[in-house]
Amino acid sequence: MAKVDIKTEITGNVWKIEKAVGDNVAEEEVILILESMKMEIPVSASEDGVILEILVAEGETVTEGSVVARIEV
Amino acid sequence: MKSVLVANRGEIACRVFRSARALGLSTVAIYSDADAGAAHVEAADRAVGVGPAPARESYLRVEKVLEAAREAGADAIHPGYGFLSENAEFAQSVLDAGLTWIGPSPHTIRQMGDKQRARQIAAEAGVPVVPGSARFEPGEIEGLAQAAEAVGYPLLVKAAGGGGGIGMRRVDGPEKLIDVVVATQSMAQKSFNNGAVFLERFVPKARHVEMQVFGFGDGRAIHLFERDCSLQRRFQKVIEEARAPGLPAEVADAMAAAAVRLCEATAYSGAGTVEFIVDAESFEFFFLEMNTRIQVEHPVTEMITGRDLVAMQIELARGTLGFVPQNEVAAHGHAIECRLYAEDPAKMFMPSPGPLTTFRPPSGMAHLRVDSGYREGDAVTPFYDPMVAKIVVWGESREVARLRAMDALRAFSIDGIRNNRHFLLACLADDDFAAGDVHTGFIDANRGRLLAA
Repeated sequence: MAKVDIKTEITGNVWKIEKAVGDNVAEEEVILILESMKMEIPVSASEDGVILEILVAEGETVTEGSVVARIEV
Repeated sequence: MKSVLVANRGEIACRVFRSARALGLSTVAIYSDADAGAAHVEAADRAVGVGPAPARESYLRVEKVLEAAREAGADAIHPGYGFLSENAEFAQSVLDAGLTWIGPSPHTIRQMGDKQRARQIAAEAGVPVVPGSARFEPGEIEGLAQAAEAVGYPLLVKAAGGGGGIGMRRVDGPEKLIDVVVATQSMAQKSFNNGAVFLERFVPKARHVEMQVFGFGDGRAIHLFERDCSLQRRFQKVIEEARAPGLPAEVADAMAAAAVRLCEATAYSGAGTVEFIVDAESFEFFFLEMNTRIQVEHPVTEMITGRDLVAMQIELARGTLGFVPQNEVAAHGHAIECRLYAEDPAKMFMPSPGPLTTFRPPSGMAHLRVDSGYREGDAVTPFYDPMVAKIVVWGESREVARLRAMDALRAFSIDGIRNNRHFLLACLADDDFAAGDVHTGFIDANRGRLLAA
């Protein structure tokens, strides 16, 4: 069991959170969707796991490189 | 008319203010919380806040915008592009509030906003539209070969119930037509529960060429020549030019005549753009849609014609614009616009908001115009579009304009955000671009080469 940080590659606003703590996620599965400069950009799981923490709320602004969620793999 | 409110932000708000002021009008800006100190707010005589940063809570709120006009005593509204500019209900609300709307009638906006209806109006006005066939229900293949001949090859077999490229197959000649139609009908029946298909002409190598038009609202209309906007990424324009390189004069003339016919038929009022898809090999052209607003790339047209399109819009709405006969509109030389975006070309053009720690557009260069809504030290926020500046140059020839655009981009200091300055330079320096071999697949097809440059 290891904790893995899920980071955003871009600065944007959290538009929609698709997963909740305790949900199973597969690699590439979308955890949340950011909105930046009229584009929707999904943030996905880097590997299979379970959502441990969601660190942002809808409407919140996140900056490039920040951790938005943690999964246990 | 005494005071114009611009229901927009950024460079286009600043640009409309310039023409409004030159016409003796006072100017009113609106701003969201994210734009409280923005360049367009500073550029206006008055400014009114309209709500929180997200556009749907500020710039897109009709009531808030009208309230701002009342509060600041504006008696006219210019919508710019994007936001509410092609919203017929907004235009109607402006008129209902007793204000002057600087744009085409709500009726025209509504007609052209409905893409099916627009296509029909265009066809009735004798504007060529993409050839298409009637529907063929599942199992129906009678008359197919004749329909395909009429549409012309290569063609697409499209599922009537599909969309976004799903259920589409290309056919290059009559040999495989029936097989593909039958297979698509069967697939469409399973996928969409609707097995009907139709045929539509496919343009493998296409250019995006659009005609700038201006209607006087009384059935008279003129064109101000075409623009080529083929260089796009993710359906967003990157480099535009006027006139369209290598477009035969008779094709440009026919396209202009078609665009003017459409404006005459709809008694179009104000500035508009008729967009065409052009076959890059045969130069056949087909109507795509009509935009009932000022376009981002309108400066290239202004550079070659010497006309101020925004001033014409305002004067028409004010009732002080005299008729401009077609033979008084001439095109000189060549203009190129480069859109500087806050984005990362190496990461599939992903947005890159952030602070503009360095932002110094070139100055003192001849035949250069930089339209921007940003200043050094401003932040480019994630809330709005990624365009930070338009670099527009003019030259006696396309080659002179191309070299001048490169000089201007090299002299543009920008830092703090990732941006496409280098990518724009690579496009301009590319041999195919230099030769005028532009098409809508240019950036996708040459991405590797352009990024490596």
